[in-house]
Amino acid sequence: MSLVETPVAVIGHPPAPAVEVLSVEKTYPNGTQALLPVDLTIEEGEFVTLLGPSGCGKSTLLKMVAGLLEPTEGRLHLWRKPVAKLEASGKKMAFVFQSPTLMPWASVQANVRLPLDLAGMPKAQSQAQVDEALALVGLSRFANDLPRALSGGMQMRVSIARSLVTQPDLLLMDEPFGALDEITRHKLDAELLDLWRKKKLTVIFVTHSIHEAVFLSTRVVMMAARPGRVVEEFPIDEPYPRTPDFLVSPQFSRYAKQLQDSLQRASQVTEDAQ
Amino acid sequence: MSTLTAATQADLKKAPSAYAPAVQADAKPAAPPASVSAATPKPRVVPSAARPLLFQPRVQRIVYPLLVGVTLLVLWQGLVTGLELPPYLVPSPLLMMQTLITDWAALGASLAVTVKITLLAFLAATITGVLISFLFVQSKAIETALFPYAVLLQVTPIVAVAPLIIIWVRDPTLSMVICASLVALFPIISNTTLGLRSVDPDLQSYFQLNRATRLQTLLRLRIPSALPYFFGGLRISSGLALIGAVVAEFVAGTGGTGAGLAYQILQAGFQLNIPRMFAALLLISLTGVALFALMAWLSKKALGGWHASETSHD
Repeated sequence: MSLVETPVAVIGHPPAPAVEVLSVEKTYPNGTQALLPVDLTIEEGEFVTLLGPSGCGKSTLLKMVAGLLEPTEGRLHLWRKPVAKLEASGKKMAFVFQSPTLMPWASVQANVRLPLDLAGMPKAQSQAQVDEALALVGLSRFANDLPRALSGGMQMRVSIARSLVTQPDLLLMDEPFGALDEITRHKLDAELLDLWRKKKLTVIFVTHSIHEAVFLSTRVVMMAARPGRVVEEFPIDEPYPRTPDFLVSPQFSRYAKQLQDSLQRASQVTEDAQ
Repeated sequence: MSTLTAATQADLKKAPSAYAPAVQADAKPAAPPASVSAATPKPRVVPSAARPLLFQPRVQRIVYPLLVGVTLLVLWQGLVTGLELPPYLVPSPLLMMQTLITDWAALGASLAVTVKITLLAFLAATITGVLISFLFVQSKAIETALFPYAVLLQVTPIVAVAPLIIIWVRDPTLSMVICASLVALFPIISNTTLGLRSVDPDLQSYFQLNRATRLQTLLRLRIPSALPYFFGGLRISSGLALIGAVVAEFVAGTGGTGAGLAYQILQAGFQLNIPRMFAALLLISLTGVALFALMAWLSKKALGGWHASETSHD
């Protein structure tokens, strides 16, 4: 059981927290404990990273926030509404998967238009939004290409454009850049921060990279495996915009060291217990 | 200058597929190099226009099998003439072609009959097969209940069932179409069902997150995902429809104006008119090849842009 910590970087004075995770836990039918009870509150405008090794339940937690998985126990609120009734609060959520998850048979712009199509918006109306989303990720001139004509990083950008096209308030990202090379990842991390600030998003970002977590987040939620649980939370109290210089600054190393130590302690506890 | 530019541009269009193939597979992309953008690939292959004609893969694909064919024909002709084989045992290729021309009135009409039965059966099998697949993917219970019977249909030899169908169905064409459809049905059912189920799980989650309806998921996700499998099924079934048609004709033994190529073969056998038999055989084979090529072309048209099976070899 971990304690709820006061969120650090609150932008503005929102009336309701964006995400409330109330004693949520997940046990699979075969008895595997994927996640011990978690309490977590995320304010509007935060960039929270769930950081931990594989098997720590970070993706499970994210999928429960998205409503893709049902918690075994506990409750989840988005803007004080149950996940299934998010529309009632007038807020929107978007999910970005680890792989680009594009339809290989559809053009880049048809892929980006998908959520609007599914919502029943006529093409004439959606085109402006699609164009804007593609411009945001710098892919306007590839609108009519098929996904396979693009590199992995560009495909990921299409995926992000697709998630932004509905103008979401909450963006859930499940290791979105995990399969990309480091150079591309740094680039997309920086672009993501720009978008987060520009669009005033609330982001929950899952990663297993300590560096990515420190670079991006206002707050890092450290998780550990076997059983999956939240260990500690770390505010990253650094101003934005964060430049590549931040990556090589002493503060950055300090934060990274803190997280590294925390991770080590957590795995120590697990090993001692076994 | 302009031709060079055109060639380079054509190459640019193709090149990314060579560098980032099958990234779309449901697994994670194995870190495709980000430095390779669609705009600036390094040309790996020499532009085809610069290579001698015989070394172009497109030309090779036609010339190589053709060479084998011509060699075999020459050997065949040589053996028949050299060993002085009588035409009622083995006719020479030349005699076969001659018979094809002289007997064209009868053979051509029979070809039309066989092709008609084949195409009708193929069409019927495709429509029925796809409908059954849609039924199967509605629920696992339906599939579990009905699939054994689809297998039953597949494993029962058509030769054994054909007499019954021919007795039950009075119209000879219809009865033969039913026989041939039964043979061609199974690959369509099994492939399309597999295809409709082979959906990228993350994409499916994405549709679910966006509250897509069943119909939206079917039209926008399941059907496009199933297309590569469906076309695989079509290729197999087109050949089976022809086999089914010929078998049905054999069993029905229909002569007169409705005589198909199988009947011509039977008749030629009775009369020891072996050159005619060979000519009829040739027509059946060519029909099969043509059907297969047509299916391959269709599949390329439908999947050429995006599916790995149609984009990998150039």
